[in-house]
Amino acid sequence: MPSVCFYFQVHQPLRLRHYTAFDSTDQYFDDYKNASICRKVANKCYLPANRLLLEMIRKFEGRFKVAYSLTGVLLEQLQHYSPEVISTFDALTATGCVEYLAETYYHSLSFLYSRDEFIEQVNEHIETIEYLFGQRPKVFRNTELIYNNDLAELVESMECFDAIITEGADHILSSRSPDFIYRPKGCDKLKLLLKNYSLSDDIAFRFSNRSWPEWPLTAEKFTRWVSNVNGNGNVVNLFMDYETFGEHQWIDTGIFDFVRHLPQELLKNPDNNFKTPSEVVQSYEPVGTVDVPNVISWADTERDLSAWLGNPMQSNAIHELYRLEGKIKQTGDEKIIADWRKLQSSDHFYYMCTKHFSDGDVHKYFNPYDSPYDSYINFMNVLGNLQSRCVRPALVDASKIADGASIDKDSTKQKRLGVRVFPRQNSTDANDSFPLNRNRKIRTRKTNKAF
Amino acid sequence: MLGWEFPPFISGGLGTACYGLTRAMDRLGIKVTFVLPRMVESQYTTHVKLLTPGSQKAISSIKGQEFKNVRFRTIDSPLQSYSSADFYRQQLKELLRRRHDKLSKITAASQFISGSDYSGNMYAEVQRYAAIATQLAEEEDFDVIHAHDWMTFPAGVAVAAMSGKPLVVHVHSTEFDRSGEHVNQMIYDIERMGMEQANKVIAVSNFTRNIIINRYEIDGAKVEVVYNGVEQNSKVASSDDIHIDKNEKVVLFLGRITMQKGPEYFLAAAKKVLSVMNNVKFVMAGSGDLMHRAIEIAAELGIGHKVLFTGFLRGDDVRKIYEMADLYVMPSVSEPFGIAPLEALGHDVPVIISKQSGVSEVLKHALKVDFWDVNEIANKMIAVLRYPPLGITLRSHGNFEIRKLRWNDTATKCAKIYEETLVAV
Repeated sequence: MPSVCFYFQVHQPLRLRHYTAFDSTDQYFDDYKNASICRKVANKCYLPANRLLLEMIRKFEGRFKVAYSLTGVLLEQLQHYSPEVISTFDALTATGCVEYLAETYYHSLSFLYSRDEFIEQVNEHIETIEYLFGQRPKVFRNTELIYNNDLAELVESMECFDAIITEGADHILSSRSPDFIYRPKGCDKLKLLLKNYSLSDDIAFRFSNRSWPEWPLTAEKFTRWVSNVNGNGNVVNLFMDYETFGEHQWIDTGIFDFVRHLPQELLKNPDNNFKTPSEVVQSYEPVGTVDVPNVISWADTERDLSAWLGNPMQSNAIHELYRLEGKIKQTGDEKIIADWRKLQSSDHFYYMCTKHFSDGDVHKYFNPYDSPYDSYINFMNVLGNLQSRCVRPALVDASKIADGASIDKDSTKQKRLGVRVFPRQNSTDANDSFPLNRNRKIRTRKTNKAF
Repeated sequence: MLGWEFPPFISGGLGTACYGLTRAMDRLGIKVTFVLPRMVESQYTTHVKLLTPGSQKAISSIKGQEFKNVRFRTIDSPLQSYSSADFYRQQLKELLRRRHDKLSKITAASQFISGSDYSGNMYAEVQRYAAIATQLAEEEDFDVIHAHDWMTFPAGVAVAAMSGKPLVVHVHSTEFDRSGEHVNQMIYDIERMGMEQANKVIAVSNFTRNIIINRYEIDGAKVEVVYNGVEQNSKVASSDDIHIDKNEKVVLFLGRITMQKGPEYFLAAAKKVLSVMNNVKFVMAGSGDLMHRAIEIAAELGIGHKVLFTGFLRGDDVRKIYEMADLYVMPSVSEPFGIAPLEALGHDVPVIISKQSGVSEVLKHALKVDFWDVNEIANKMIAVLRYPPLGITLRSHGNFEIRKLRWNDTATKCAKIYEETLVAV
């Protein structure tokens, strides 16, 4: 009977340019690097994987389903650098077999430092997804599956979510199975979906590992493992980075063939089916309560925050960043606020991790810096400049008020009313505005065909 | 073992390396006879008073309690490591002035002073060291000859030829490190001859190994990398010295002030740092042929009041300067290894090191720069001075990292190489 629930995390950070103590530009991001990485990953992963899943969905006539969480910073980059990827997501959306989840727009750790900021970012993400794909997300996942009881309570209090997702870490389950639906402690309505990390990691991490006794992993074998859950679970949640397909596991590992064969194998057994997270929530009731007083995540073996906040540099950088919140928001300057938010992406802190630096392992692969120290220096230099910009707009404001200008007041009012102001919506450059209007898609579909 | 520097009579990392290596060998029970040229009285630039060795007694009394298996033999010679021919001439001048009688062997003093043929006499000095070492070797019983850097190579080759014992040459620096592209052909020839004749060549880093293979055309199969270690610093800083609340930060350059060490890049970066922050002092500890030039550069840049020159430091003065420092910078143009950054970390001072160094191969928890990238050196200096968590993280990880670099491992690897040469013979 087990349902299989796929959810893919799709995210690319905005990497910073090399920024020294002597730089003073307000252009913090390395457009060239971000564009080339975005296009590279689009070609190796997003486009082939989207096409493959679309093919599977069509082949099984609605019996194969998946969910995505697309971060706002990724969507912005796709629109700028690889708009054809968005059109393939449009095609996936149109099948009705794809669900989009909500998260913080900037892939941030804001829940840990500012609840107000957290809620603003989640709302910004919901609006963006709805605007782009016409779906209002009903299931929430926090950055890096960071989670505790407080988060669940906060998310429930937002009254727009049916469920929340986190890691099925052993120590929170104490011998219970992650393959059921649970209720977060302190919540009445919200349901909890837990990642089956063992089966998820078989695909995401071990798939191409030749020293793994189970290598090579076939769709038949994996189906057998999923079927073993029968009788002791309702749903197998397979949550992983989308970049698993073609980027972390290269095409020559056979990962795409595996995905191509998996639905067929799983659906051979009439007891099995695919469900999206929302369908899982509707199908099953919680079997118990899960109490998570301390913060967990899906990272490393520790399943804690040490990858982002494990050393004094990381802690200092993030505290300095959130310390600026009041000042930044006071400026009312959208560019400044957007820059500040882009600096919140968890990746910036991940690059500063010294945990496994000496071994040069997995952390290294995703890191654009030579060392965690370089990353911290760069970040702090940028933050220093951002801070210096907070002073100037105040002066400008004062002069504006003197001139009787009311533009800033209007945008403040809009925010208070909860009207979402899209980043750069007021930009004079129409091509640069985000989100782009629907005409864009017609144009990019052509691009897609040419691809 | 053939060397020419040993603490406290050192001018650079070589003496420290020989000390660490022989001490570890001593602990491993390897019997070492260490042949040293007798040191000159002092370097003319230093303000620190040197002990005068006078005789072997001085060395043996200092080392007696520390070493069980190491014996020291000295040869009267004005040889100095790292000396350029120019510097050598200076040394001789000094020597001649002070110890005229003792140097009667050196024929025409005017010859050196005029500088017409100094290299020939440097060569003679090396040959003389070789000749005496050969004589000493006849009295000694040994299995392997281990020669440190070019000045002892002729001696090593001569002793090997005489005794038929295998020769291991240890390259702590090459002529390309010391002189850039302006190599002294005589020294290059000696280095190359030594490495060609040797059964095994020990390089202090891959950086140096590459130079040996590419510039000296030595067969890579016989060149092995053995990293230096670092003295494990068990001392707890004396409480009265530390945490003095000082308003000014101290950035330290410690090393010979020569082309190889990149002092001008240090000063250029200092100038940039001072353009954005004022409460910094730059300390240049060391001496060398570019010292006067460095003082001039500091003055030309208009930062003379912010740069202090201490001259050559030893022993406790080194410890004190490390304790004062907030940051150690080694902008070396070409550094075969570089023990000083490890010592700095041992004293809890975070380090910026040039990528053109052997030590950057073993040190992960350090800030790394290209020596020519003055902007980046300054950027990193400012970062360490401005953002305390950076220094805290560098110190704690770096300190842990250097504990893994043990002289015992270096000595063990050398011993393994000895065995290989003995089997091969």
